[in-house]
Amino acid sequence: MEILVASAIGAITAAGVYLILRLRTFAVVLGMTMLTYAINAFLFTSGRLVVDLPPILLSHDVDSNHVYTDPLPQALVLTAIVISFGMTAVVVMMALGAFIEGGDDHINMPDEDRLMPPLKTIDDAKQIEDETA
Amino acid sequence: MSPALIALLPFLGALLPGLLIRSGRTVAATACGTTTFVALLGLLLHIPAIMRGEVITARFEWLPLIQLNANFRIDGLALLFGILILGIGLLIITYARFYLSRQDSIGKFYTYLMLFQGAMIGIVLSDNILLLLIFWELTSLSSFLLIGYWRHLPAGRQGARMALAVTGMGGLAMIAGMLILGQIAGSYDISDILNAREAIQSSPHYTTALILILIGAFTKSAQFPFHFWLPHAMAAPTPVSAYLHSATMVKAGLFLMARLWPVLSGTPEWFWIVATTGLVTMLLGALIATFKDDLKALLAFSTVSHLGLITMLLGFGTHEAAIAAVFHIINHATFKAALFMTAGIIDHGTHTRSIARLGGLRKLMPVTFLIGTVAALSMAGIPPLNGFLSKEMMLYEVDHLDMARQGFMVVATIAALFSVCYSLRFIVHVFLGPQRDDYPHHPHDPGFGLWAGPALLVVLVILIGLFPNTMAGWLVDASASAVTGQVTESDIYLWHGVNNALIMSILAIAGGAVLLSMHRPVLALWDRTPRPDAKTIFDWLVLRVVFMGRALTDALTNGSMPRALAAFTLASLFAGGIAWYTGSAGPVTRPMLPIEPIAFIGWLMAIAATGCMVFFHRIRVLALVLVGIVGLVVSIFFAYFSAPDLALTQISVEVVTVILLLLALNFLPKRTLTETSSLHRGWDAFIATLAGLGFGGLTYAVLRRDFAFPTISDYHLANSYKLGGGDNVVNVILVDFRGYDTFGEITVLGIAALAIFALTQTLLQGRSSKRLLNWVHDHRRAGDRHPLMLVIATRVILPISLVVGIYIFLRGHNLPGGGFIAGLVVAVALLMQYMASGYAWAQDRQGLPYHALIGAGVVAAGVTGIGAWFNGKPFLTSAYGYFKLPFLEEFELATAMGFDLGVFLCVVGAVMLALNSLSRIARKAGVTVNTRPMDIDLSDEDQPKEAN
Repeated sequence: MEILVASAIGAITAAGVYLILRLRTFAVVLGMTMLTYAINAFLFTSGRLVVDLPPILLSHDVDSNHVYTDPLPQALVLTAIVISFGMTAVVVMMALGAFIEGGDDHINMPDEDRLMPPLKTIDDAKQIEDETA
Repeated sequence: MSPALIALLPFLGALLPGLLIRSGRTVAATACGTTTFVALLGLLLHIPAIMRGEVITARFEWLPLIQLNANFRIDGLALLFGILILGIGLLIITYARFYLSRQDSIGKFYTYLMLFQGAMIGIVLSDNILLLLIFWELTSLSSFLLIGYWRHLPAGRQGARMALAVTGMGGLAMIAGMLILGQIAGSYDISDILNAREAIQSSPHYTTALILILIGAFTKSAQFPFHFWLPHAMAAPTPVSAYLHSATMVKAGLFLMARLWPVLSGTPEWFWIVATTGLVTMLLGALIATFKDDLKALLAFSTVSHLGLITMLLGFGTHEAAIAAVFHIINHATFKAALFMTAGIIDHGTHTRSIARLGGLRKLMPVTFLIGTVAALSMAGIPPLNGFLSKEMMLYEVDHLDMARQGFMVVATIAALFSVCYSLRFIVHVFLGPQRDDYPHHPHDPGFGLWAGPALLVVLVILIGLFPNTMAGWLVDASASAVTGQVTESDIYLWHGVNNALIMSILAIAGGAVLLSMHRPVLALWDRTPRPDAKTIFDWLVLRVVFMGRALTDALTNGSMPRALAAFTLASLFAGGIAWYTGSAGPVTRPMLPIEPIAFIGWLMAIAATGCMVFFHRIRVLALVLVGIVGLVVSIFFAYFSAPDLALTQISVEVVTVILLLLALNFLPKRTLTETSSLHRGWDAFIATLAGLGFGGLTYAVLRRDFAFPTISDYHLANSYKLGGGDNVVNVILVDFRGYDTFGEITVLGIAALAIFALTQTLLQGRSSKRLLNWVHDHRRAGDRHPLMLVIATRVILPISLVVGIYIFLRGHNLPGGGFIAGLVVAVALLMQYMASGYAWAQDRQGLPYHALIGAGVVAAGVTGIGAWFNGKPFLTSAYGYFKLPFLEEFELATAMGFDLGVFLCVVGAVMLALNSLSRIARKAGVTVNTRPMDIDLSDEDQPKEAN
């Protein structure tokens, strides 16, 4: 079973990484969602794979011999899932905002849009220096 | 008063101007003055103890692990500098009140000034070099603010930047030097370092530490070749120049050399570096000052020269030279501060500081003339003023040198000659000579407030000159004892008989007077001599550094996100690879679970969907469906491997995410074009495959091994019921054991939703709002936007799903469920109404403001946590009990439920606010607002009547 889980997580990661390397925002958002699945699943598996032993106490007796799966990774991943949703929502809105504002959904920033455009020669630097002085 | 409190007072005082400036400039000035006075008084009260040779200390542990402690000490040296800083500070506060005009925001000025004062006092009272470094940097920063106070003046801004760059750079070097010093001494406390002279001087790192520390001291005290920043800092208002650049900041370097004198001095390295630098600076500063036209520039270079003099004396490394150095620090502070204030008065009265435009002010400004003349004569070293005394002592020490005596004597005399020349020039070219009629402004003596400070200082100049032992002897003794570590009883005389020092002095005075009489031709010669201009060099250097920095930044980040992400991925893989091959993962201990058919089917689905995702991601709606499939498989995966809570969360988040992405896709292009070459895609696929193999491999490696360390989960399992009162351990961890994390997380979720709202607000205004108004939808709309079937179904489902949500919420503590899941379920139930009947219709029918929901959630969780305080327990400790209501079974109530309610509200609010934002964009873009629940009209009365 372990090999199935590991290979699926690997495949989802690969797809996620491939997608975040695309040039349009939507693909990147999808890629991040995929990576979220992979990472959450990975964190969850740090509690190891256990079938049919959910961490719901069956007895309040301390000496009982019931065995449960590791609850801690589950708690951490639960909040991680919700936070991932928050992150995806923000990123989608940023992508949407960029598209409405800029007219296209390219992920790369063109030089002329940059707050500090690249300097070609030292004279450019001097000019900026003089302007700010 | 505790030394720590004295250091703290100016910082407290810095808060006052901001609070009081509305009550007027005088009130603000008085508040700052009072604070300074109290601190000064506190310091002066320690005089008797210090005279007895005691050291007053106050120690507070701050970061003991790195030996950074808030240790303060007052000894003779600290006392001397403390009196200078606070005493002259008091005068400057008074002076500035009358100097600054109504247009200047004086509150800001006083705040900066008090910050600076606190930083300076901190330096001199620190008994820990790390603490000292912090104050040292604070002086750089606060002096930057003060020098650039007139920010409308380019010269002020440039001067401030230059001062910050030079002293900041020196400060960095000094940090390194101090760390080495502390390492050698084994302690960062100055008291301990002062006892480690042998260890420090015999250490192989002594020279390195010495040079680094000296760079810090030299930059701060404007020693050659770092002297160039000081004249440019004169763009500051005159009170700043008088305070920072005569009495205090530039003396910080001297203070440091004096403070570390017992452990650093006495070696040939110390002598040659410090004494030579001091000598060169003294000569160079005096030479340049002689030819400066700007009054303040003249004083600035003269300051450079005098600082060089003191540095040189400290460099000699002898006990007597240290006494002379300390004495000159006192004297220079008195006459130079008075001269700066005089220059400020002249500037104030005539509206110019150019010596060429001045002259003949004697009659017009008699008081100023008197003050300026006495101070300048003292600077020239004319008896019986205090400047004469310490200059004689300096010449005497030069005459008694062991090494390079003749060389030092010649240069020192020449420097003294120039010093006489510019001092006399200050009197002759400004006050004497014929009265002129072309002053830019008619000169007049200022009010008492402006001349009171310098007058007081000049009185001191005379008194110290006449009665040195009574007036200053005790202070010199106390501080020289602290510097040298030996008990000092100095005896200062005006008349020593005829000796070499007196002859040198007479030569200097006579030569200086002669030079002044030939000033015009010599000046013409000076102007023709080519000299390097430090500012040009500095600007040239800065420009290149800036260019290189920008070029590096541009090379690293060219605005390409894929490039950055690829670099990040590869770097992570590389780091992971190194960790894997250098570390040891331990043996494989866990057996594999058998593969069951249902799991295999899930795996097939995930792999197929992921593969399709890569190939069909350009068709965006299809890609969304595929994402949904992967998400579903992940939910099943959680459910299968004993994580029912996760499965429930994942599946409801999945629904919300896909809806959100769909709504966004409404505006985005529906297809992604192919823009990259196949080679490019191949490279990306290569990186992705590497990442996938790495991450999958890591997962496999983890899964086949047992825990490397004992897990804390057993504690959670054992105590979930006992301490948290719940059977669902995951939920108890969330709301109890790790409640703080959860509290943070719902806050983050709320902030994310508010960020989305804020983004939307910006989109609905300005350029993008016009784009939205003219939005052309790129696809055909369905005719039946609000289908009858969907409307009816969601109406029926709504109460059921709300009850399910409440049920999930209530049972969460003991069975899978809880605030997160319940919140998501309720949000989905509400979302369905919005989908079925459109946003406007649904919004009209519910009155909950989502911002408030988020806020209420965070508050509810917080209040629950605070509740524990009333039980005397730490934040978020839960309590629970069992209750019985009539007709119902006994049930449990835990305070954790209040917390979970907060989680619930926050999740509902955040999800709904995100959706709300998207729909506002849609309405702006011209989506018709529906007022009816569905497109098909079922009512009779609204039917248009058909004409019969």
